[in-house]
Amino acid sequence: MVAAAAPTAAPVKIGLRGVQMRYGAVEVLRDVSLDVREGELVCLLGPSGCGKSTLLNIVGGFLEPSGGEVRIDGEPVRGPDPRRIFVFQERGVFPWLTVEGNIAFGLSKLAAAERAQIVAHYVELVGLEGFERAFPDELSGGMKQRVEVARALAVKPDVLYLDEPFGALDSITRLQMRSELLRILQAEKKTILFVTHDIDESVQLADRVVVMSTRPATVRRIVEIDLAHPRDLSSRRYLELRDSILEEIGLAHKI
Amino acid sequence: MRTRKLLLSLSGVAALVALWSLGVALHRTTILPGPFKVLAGVVDLARRGLLVRHVVASLFRVTWGYVLAVVVGIPVGLCLGWWRRAHRAVDPFLQILRPISPLAWIPISILWFGVGDRAAVFIIFLGAVLPIIVSATNAVAAVPSVHLRAARNFGLSSREVLVRVIFPSVLPQLIVGMRLALGVAWLVVVAAEMIAVSSGLGFLIVDARNAGNRYDLVVAGMVLIGVIGLCLDAGMRRLERA
Repeated sequence: MVAAAAPTAAPVKIGLRGVQMRYGAVEVLRDVSLDVREGELVCLLGPSGCGKSTLLNIVGGFLEPSGGEVRIDGEPVRGPDPRRIFVFQERGVFPWLTVEGNIAFGLSKLAAAERAQIVAHYVELVGLEGFERAFPDELSGGMKQRVEVARALAVKPDVLYLDEPFGALDSITRLQMRSELLRILQAEKKTILFVTHDIDESVQLADRVVVMSTRPATVRRIVEIDLAHPRDLSSRRYLELRDSILEEIGLAHKI
Repeated sequence: MRTRKLLLSLSGVAALVALWSLGVALHRTTILPGPFKVLAGVVDLARRGLLVRHVVASLFRVTWGYVLAVVVGIPVGLCLGWWRRAHRAVDPFLQILRPISPLAWIPISILWFGVGDRAAVFIIFLGAVLPIIVSATNAVAAVPSVHLRAARNFGLSSREVLVRVIFPSVLPQLIVGMRLALGVAWLVVVAAEMIAVSSGLGFLIVDARNAGNRYDLVVAGMVLIGVIGLCLDAGMRRLERA
C-alpha cells in the first residue's frame, strides 16, 4: 500500500463547527471543530470520561449538541441514519438472532436471495464461516465484535462510528482485531471516526489522531500518522509519533 | 443421562408413596387413606364420570382466567415498562394489590359476579395478572439501550422496533413470568372452587368431606391437583426452552 492514505484532496465528509455540550453546569465539550475527509480513518483519542464518546454520539445523531453543528456531506445531522452506522462494543449484537440473523438485521427490505448473498459475503469477510447458525452466547468476545462489524458493513454505509469497539477484549484479541479491521477496510473503503483511549491503538489505525483534552474536551492537537500500512510497530517513526502523543497528553515514557 | 435423572425422580416418588403406605399401616387409622385406597378412589371417580367432569371444570376456569390475565397483563406491563412515568404513577397501586391474596377477593367477586364460574374466573384472573404485569414491566425496562439505539440506527420504525427488538428481547423473561402466573392460577382455582361453585377439583375436595368423610376422595383430589400442576409447569418449561 501507498503511504498512509492521507487523502488531502478528498472532499470533506464530516464537518464539526464549534460543537459544544453541557449538562446543566457541567461543560463536556467546548468548541470542537474538525473536518474528516472522505475515506479517512480518524481516531478521537482522550482520557476516559473526557467527552469523546459524547462527541461521537453527537456526530452519530443520537445526541443534540448544546451549540455548534455537525454537517455530513454538507447536510446538518438530524438523527441516526442507516448510511452511517454506529458500532458498539460487542454487547450490541442481538442475542436472540444467529450470526446470520444479526448480519441481516438491517437488510429486511431486500429480497431473500439478495439478502442471503450479502450475508454470506460478510460472513466470509469477517471470517465467521461455519458459525452462521451460532447464537452470540456461543461466540467469543472477538467473534461477537466481528458480527457487529459485519452487521454494520452489510447495509453499505459510507461512515462507521466505532466507540472503543475493542475495549472489552483481551489485549491479544484486541491486537488481532485491529489488523483484521484494517484488512476489512481495505476491501471496503469507509470514512471512519474511531474513539479510543489507547494511544497505541490510535497510532496503529489512524490516518490522523485527534488528541483531546480532559473535560471540557477540546481538540489539543491533530497528529498526522504518515506511515504506510502494514505499520511496523518498532520502527523509529512509529515510536516518534507515539511518543509525541504521549508527550502531548503529558505522560512520561517511562514507568 | 436423561433416563437416569428420570429414574431418580421416580424412585423419590416411589419412596414417598411407600412411606405413606407404611405410615398409614402402622397407625392403623381408618380415616386417612393409604395410597391404594386413594388410587381406588380415583378409579371410582373415573367410573362415575366425575373425574373428567371435575378436571375439565377446573381447567376450564383456569384457562379463562389465565388467558384473560395474559391478554390484559402483557400489554399493560409492556406499556408500563416503556413509559416510566406511567409506571411511577401506577406502581404504588400495584404494590398495594400484590400482598392481598386473590382469595380475599372472593366476597367481592361473589358480590359482582354472583356464585358461579365468572366469580372463580375473576379470582384466577386477579391472581395471575399481577405477576404477568410485573414481569413484563421489568423485562421492557431491562431491554439494553444499545439494542434500541442500533435499531434506530438501522432506520427501523417504532412498530418494527417493537416487533423486531423489544418483543424478542423481553420474551424469555415474559415466559418465566407466565409460568409463575400459571402456577398461581392453578393454586387459586382450587380455593375459589371451594366456595363459589359446584364442580371442579376444589369442590370435589370439600364435597367429599361434607358428604360422608370420603377422605380417599379428598386425597385423590389433592393428588390430581398436584399432578396436573406438575404437567402445566412442565409444559411451560418446555415453552421456555423453545
